[in-house]
Amino acid sequence: MENRLNQNSAPIKEALENLKQKRIVPFDVPGHKRGMGNYELTDFLGEKCMGVDINSMKPLDNLCHPVSVIKEAEELAADAFGAHSAFFMVNGTTSAVQAMIMSVCKKGSKIILPRNVHRSVINALIICGAIPVYVNPEINHDLGISLGMSVVKVKETIKENPEAVAVLVNNPTYYGICSNLKAITDFAHLNGMRVLVDEAHGAHFYFGENMPITAMAAGADMAAVSMHKSGGSLTQSSFLLAGKDINKNYLRQIINLMQTTSGSYLLLSSLDLSRKKLALEGRELFAKVEAMANYARNEINLIGDYYAYSKELINGDTVYDFDATKLSVYTLDVGLAGIEVCNILLNDYDIQVEFGDIGNILAYISIGDTQKNLERLVSSLADIRRKYKKDNTGMLNHEYISPKVVLAPQEAFYAKKKLVPIRKSAGSLCAEFVMCYPPGIPILAPGEEITEEIIDYIEYAKGKGCFLIGAEDLDANRINILKGGR
Amino acid sequence: MDLWYSEFHTDNVKFSIKVEKQLYSGQSDFQRIDVFESKEYGRFLTLDGYMMLTEKDEFIYHEMIVHPPMAVHPNVKNVLVIGAGDGGVARELARYKIIENVDIVEIDEEVVNVCKTYLSQTACGFDDDRIHLYFQDGLKFIRSCENKYDLIVVDSTDPFGPGEGLFTKEFYGNCYNALKDDGIMVNQHENPFYGADCVAMQRAHKRIFESFPISRVYQAHIPTYPSGHWLFGFASKKYRPIDDFDEKKWKSFGLKTKYYNTKLHVGAFALPNYVWELLRDVE
Repeated sequence: MENRLNQNSAPIKEALENLKQKRIVPFDVPGHKRGMGNYELTDFLGEKCMGVDINSMKPLDNLCHPVSVIKEAEELAADAFGAHSAFFMVNGTTSAVQAMIMSVCKKGSKIILPRNVHRSVINALIICGAIPVYVNPEINHDLGISLGMSVVKVKETIKENPEAVAVLVNNPTYYGICSNLKAITDFAHLNGMRVLVDEAHGAHFYFGENMPITAMAAGADMAAVSMHKSGGSLTQSSFLLAGKDINKNYLRQIINLMQTTSGSYLLLSSLDLSRKKLALEGRELFAKVEAMANYARNEINLIGDYYAYSKELINGDTVYDFDATKLSVYTLDVGLAGIEVCNILLNDYDIQVEFGDIGNILAYISIGDTQKNLERLVSSLADIRRKYKKDNTGMLNHEYISPKVVLAPQEAFYAKKKLVPIRKSAGSLCAEFVMCYPPGIPILAPGEEITEEIIDYIEYAKGKGCFLIGAEDLDANRINILKGGR
Repeated sequence: MDLWYSEFHTDNVKFSIKVEKQLYSGQSDFQRIDVFESKEYGRFLTLDGYMMLTEKDEFIYHEMIVHPPMAVHPNVKNVLVIGAGDGGVARELARYKIIENVDIVEIDEEVVNVCKTYLSQTACGFDDDRIHLYFQDGLKFIRSCENKYDLIVVDSTDPFGPGEGLFTKEFYGNCYNALKDDGIMVNQHENPFYGADCVAMQRAHKRIFESFPISRVYQAHIPTYPSGHWLFGFASKKYRPIDDFDEKKWKSFGLKTKYYNTKLHVGAFALPNYVWELLRDVE
């Protein structure tokens, strides 16, 4: 991809540097006044950091209505990602996902999406009142993970729901699995539907070589890209990308409905500098990341009983492509649940992985990794196998349970509800979320029927040490159900 | 001219040696390597600015990391050494005729090259055909070894650089796995005196204590290391460092040593009270 603009510049960072030279006397917010108001905080975070924690002002532009440096930086980002327009997001990728959905859905609009979406997607449906039409993902039963969207199933769902306004694709999944984005996009467009891509785990696709296709290259209308994940910017910073058919001024209005009016320049400058780095060095950086992941994968597979999977899962449809920078490892043959390996790694080996679910762990490999640390991870897994290896009978494998959606999420969330013990909730309609975090994919969402199978799964996951969140009862012993049944 | 090498032992304590001249300075893939010449300590090697060895006092360290386990284990044939790119450990091991094979795994080939050029006093240890050098990460090398070695010597740098992986539970666990049923592991165990080093020392002991049924610590006096008071770890599956110490047998080897002797062997395991307490706190 050729860039039209000079990707060497970083307008927001440069504006902050120029401002520093001017030694402007601050009679505006933030009240810490470049850190002078709280020495302990300044000592902890550093003077440089506090010195650029500045509010919007003329030389720095305004995130809600960019006309100068933020506008330039957004144009550079759009150019780098091959998008028609790009928006700097400071409320997390969650806000980018919500803006995508709310810009195309109104109350009562139907949106087609896979059920294994991030909670932010269903949150957006609660806020705007859109109705989800789920395409159940296929499952790889050996690994217990959900796969991508099948093109045939998406086509069927589009035909059955011609009034739907959009299709949302989760691409890649947390585990690195990609759907056939181009075919889904083309068919949705043919039927007059927008295509929204939750590309939270795919920022590097835009810069690495031989990576799976990006949302923008596939012709999707919008994509939410977590720059803070593989892109290396600060936590909570993200990009929303839009294609040529999206009215960017209307999209800005939607973003401004919920976005802070005090966008942090720490986050904005980190987006600016990360975009610059990836545009200039991304190809080499991600070749290195992929090589590190491949190395670790081979070494882990040599240990025995672990299975670190990769492109061999590709099947032409529900695993249309695989992101080889993701190091997912199946652990059940060691006799340990992924969450158990995850906890042992942290408690005994001082290693934090991204997450452990029932059957897998995911070690996130990125531009900040070193060979030395990879050796530690691989050796720890070898040592854990030596110490804990046991028979895996009786271990639950299956992670995805097809939901029975009875009510729209908004209706269920705002309905009259009551709290009951989770064991006694089978057959009722759920009025809230229950999910394991991470990955933050709901087991139950508002408006879905609770079944014995789901209850068994929740209790098994809790017993294995999964962190269950979303419910009003923080320990997830009790659950909110709709009063008076359905 | 007034040229000095200095190392900060803490933020507030500085150790300096007057330097006659710098013999070598280079950056490898892993670390900065320097060799200096001094009046007081002869030649000395530093890695990333930290003192590794001097010609004057290296005998203490190398004798104390090799002879105590050799005087306990009755029949050492196969030895693995991790680190030790200067050759000092190899030199001491090579003096034992009963040893059949020594595998040395050093991550940085440049260290070996520099020592062969400038520090023949220790690098002469590599000139024995029982010694086999492997240039790779020790943590990686040991992963695939099982029930193979009688003795493992961990001659690491500090836990804050390339040697970090050699102070971890995964490393000690894999060492256990690589040792035979009566194998012994000895390791460089930092000093108990200064804050950050002491914490690293306790962590290492905790990890070893969890990994081996027998885990003891012994000490030596090394003038050029921080605080001068240095610890070594003795971890083993079967033999106890004093109960199974075979004085007669070791004497029969007829080795002439400058620091180690059989009385000192027993004494080295007697630790100051504050060190006992530091160790006990993590057991």
